[in-house]
Amino acid sequence: MSQKTKVIEKEEVVIRFSGDSGDGMQLTGTQFSDTSALFGNDVATFPDYPAEIRAPQGTVGGVSGFQLHFGHTEVNTPGDYADVLVAMNPAALKANLKWVKASGTIIVNEDSFTERNLEKAGYDSDPLQDDKLADYNLIKARVTSLTKECLKDSGLDQKSILRSKNMFALGMVYWMFDRPLAHTEEFIEGKFKKHPLVVDGNKKVLRAGYNFAKTIEALAYNYSVAPAKIKKGTYRNITGNKATAWGLIAAAEKAGLPLFCGSYPITPATEILQELAARKDLGVKTFQAEDEIAGICTAIGASFAGNFAVTTTSGPGLALKTEAAGLAVMTELPLVIVNVQRGGPSTGLPTKTEQSDLMQAIHGRSGECPMPVIAASTPSNCFEYAYRASKIALEHMTPVILLTDGFLANGAEPWRIPKMADLSPITVPLAKEGDDYMPYARDEEKLARKWAVPGTKGLEHRIGGLEKMDVTGTVSYVPENHQVMTDIRSERVKKVANFIPDLPVKGEENADVLVVGWGGTYGHLTTAVRELQKEDKSIALAHFNYILPLPKNTEEVLKRYKKVIVCELNDGQFAEYLRSNFQDIKFQQYNKLQGLPFTVKELKETFNQLLEEK
Amino acid sequence: MADSLLKQAAPEKLTPKDFKSDQEVRWCPGCGDHGVLNSVQKAMALMGKPKEDFAVISGIGCSSRFPYYMDTYGFHSIHGRAAAIASGAKSANPNLEILQVSGDGDALAIGGNHFIHAVRRNIDMTILLFNNEIYGLTKGQYSPTSKHGMVTKTSPFGTIEQPFHPAELALGAQSKFYARSIDTNIKLTSEILLDATKHRGTSIVEVLQNCVIYNDGAHSLITDKNTKEEYQLVLRHGERMIFGKEKNKGLVMGGNGKLVVVTIGEHGITEQDILIHDAHTPDPHMHWLLSNMTAPEYPVALGVIRDVAALSYEEKMVQQIKDVQAQSSIKCMDDLLNSGDTWEV
Repeated sequence: MSQKTKVIEKEEVVIRFSGDSGDGMQLTGTQFSDTSALFGNDVATFPDYPAEIRAPQGTVGGVSGFQLHFGHTEVNTPGDYADVLVAMNPAALKANLKWVKASGTIIVNEDSFTERNLEKAGYDSDPLQDDKLADYNLIKARVTSLTKECLKDSGLDQKSILRSKNMFALGMVYWMFDRPLAHTEEFIEGKFKKHPLVVDGNKKVLRAGYNFAKTIEALAYNYSVAPAKIKKGTYRNITGNKATAWGLIAAAEKAGLPLFCGSYPITPATEILQELAARKDLGVKTFQAEDEIAGICTAIGASFAGNFAVTTTSGPGLALKTEAAGLAVMTELPLVIVNVQRGGPSTGLPTKTEQSDLMQAIHGRSGECPMPVIAASTPSNCFEYAYRASKIALEHMTPVILLTDGFLANGAEPWRIPKMADLSPITVPLAKEGDDYMPYARDEEKLARKWAVPGTKGLEHRIGGLEKMDVTGTVSYVPENHQVMTDIRSERVKKVANFIPDLPVKGEENADVLVVGWGGTYGHLTTAVRELQKEDKSIALAHFNYILPLPKNTEEVLKRYKKVIVCELNDGQFAEYLRSNFQDIKFQQYNKLQGLPFTVKELKETFNQLLEEK
Repeated sequence: MADSLLKQAAPEKLTPKDFKSDQEVRWCPGCGDHGVLNSVQKAMALMGKPKEDFAVISGIGCSSRFPYYMDTYGFHSIHGRAAAIASGAKSANPNLEILQVSGDGDALAIGGNHFIHAVRRNIDMTILLFNNEIYGLTKGQYSPTSKHGMVTKTSPFGTIEQPFHPAELALGAQSKFYARSIDTNIKLTSEILLDATKHRGTSIVEVLQNCVIYNDGAHSLITDKNTKEEYQLVLRHGERMIFGKEKNKGLVMGGNGKLVVVTIGEHGITEQDILIHDAHTPDPHMHWLLSNMTAPEYPVALGVIRDVAALSYEEKMVQQIKDVQAQSSIKCMDDLLNSGDTWEV
């Protein structure tokens, strides 16, 4: 669409937008990724924002970032280092310079580099004036004043004018990567349809940014990233939280039950509740409870009453739900508990990612209280694993914990839209009028009891948290019965292993090193391993989605390799869990606790070192 | 066709016995809970609903054993959470008739948050609140309704805490239905329960209940044969607030905005001067004055103190879903999956 003289074809590009938390960087980043996805690139995104809605302006702590990675080939991570950094103020530059590739491009809003802002960001001198940025392609743009100039006759107030400066930056980057403006223009028209002045203003600024970059030839050359070769189908962009919500709705529809979500807002899980609340058209009932405990308890009540019930939370909330989760185990009611993990302990790092709730999910309840634990591993497969968690909960009559994390929850990627008809059926063990019903009688395959929903004539019965007599379900303090019931509860969860797929391995059976991961680190691990495999390194990857129970072939896979390294964003919880299961296997660890995902670079260095060790 | 419809509509004739489960009732002999159990079974038989539509949901405590003794659907849950569990059950299945059973510790201490929020939302269920002003199941510690200064195992020198008045708490949470009874008055309790069930929204029925072991006689002034008629005022909508053995005492509004006990025939007071109970007025002021009366200064108000019509939570929820469904072009999951920005590869 543009007439640039020199175009360089690139396989992939990483862009990081950064500014104050009120600068609209999340929106800017989302627009660029959606446009790129529509263009046919594979895309992965990583929003990185502070816990405060409006953190102190101009400070490093208040910087909000959005990184995206788009490519002509398969993209599994948001990228380690950026080709282009957009820094709307000195603090954004300060916070993000370390994430820019050597000789990368930096676009700064020159207007914001005032003495006051430099001081707030902790700069002793103006980095635009000295030679600190000499190694980069530095583009100084007076974004604020150009935006003001552009909109001086727009009839908009000063505040609204300043708010649209993110569109200027977006326009510039669109030109640099030869992207069409149409998608963002449509977005602006839809979002501000009640404010025509704002629509016109934003569109004008977007185009002004685009033309500005063209005029100054922001890059001596410009990049083009061809569409990726991906499987045929209909695609959309989706975040992990939205995919989770949709997976739950899909399961309810497949099972033929209304979906009920009892939940309490908590970062970074809130969007699941919000998405479900918006889906009244599909009959979804959401109950914003008074606290986390009421979130799960209303869900348990709804499950007792015959709905497919879920509760959504993050680590501290899961801790509060603990006692009620035990009640769900005791009463053998279907329930999905979604834990979008964040940095802990306590309030910890609410907006940052971590995998440190694994042990809480596996063990964190009073008594012998097992329940299946499964983990999603990409933003879009949150749909698939939410669906699978639901299927297990409903068919096996058990609570299930689904683990995702802040990285998956907020990250987005293109997703090939499934057809409902292609999803596996969900068969709910409902008891029917006229059945000879015993509340705790079970089937042989799953050891699942039957679900007698209140309102069904003749099946009146009582359940509760006290120990149950085997079969009849009446209260029992008989010592031998407690042993029997404890064994059944354990066996029930083990039997789930008969209904899940084997653990897949990427790489050769006799590789020197096996990398082991679980959950949200999949993208980084698979990229690191794939790149090393391309370099003919003898390395393979086994990535787990099913944590409890483990896939049946787990031991067989792990035993094949001389060196096994378990990589996780915690202090070694999965490694410890594997050790307790497979005492003869030696597990090495690579762990990181910075509230950030792995980088492919650090993983490759670690694996190379391990490969070299004799 | 008409015949089969009639057959469906005509409820089976049920008796209190139909609601008794096969489980042995294990409350202490003489416990007030026995009387409440009888009242509930009696009332349920008269409600005209099939047995399978009842769900009794409780928390933890002596009274929370209740579901085991009822031949209905039942859920004996965890401490304090019954109101939340019942809220979920009713939202999931609005056709259910839910009786949520709690004690003063279960509902007002560990479950205080769920109690006030259930009331605020106005979820259609009856909360049967057994108030014996003590923790019985853990063998005698003070509760949030124990009288100030009361000596218990955890307050050997007397409590230094102010007690809750459950009614005050409920009215603060915008309760639409509040009634009070005493455990031994089966007739009054069942009558109140029938009214509570007819009310759409959260109905609180506080039962002043006697724990014979750990707090015997907590309510003796209003339950003892010799004094009860002087200290009980049974309120009925539209009737005058008259009480006393001789039916000659009543309430009038004093000049200072406080209720005053008067005797008919003295100081020129006639029956016409006595206040008439209006349970249906939305203004909670008089209900607050009535429910906060304590003996011996006043009689204790029993009966339906407040019964104000309002839409329930789940009625609004069901309506909102219908309204949105009528407007939306998304009718199934496939529609949703393909909505918004999509592209073909």
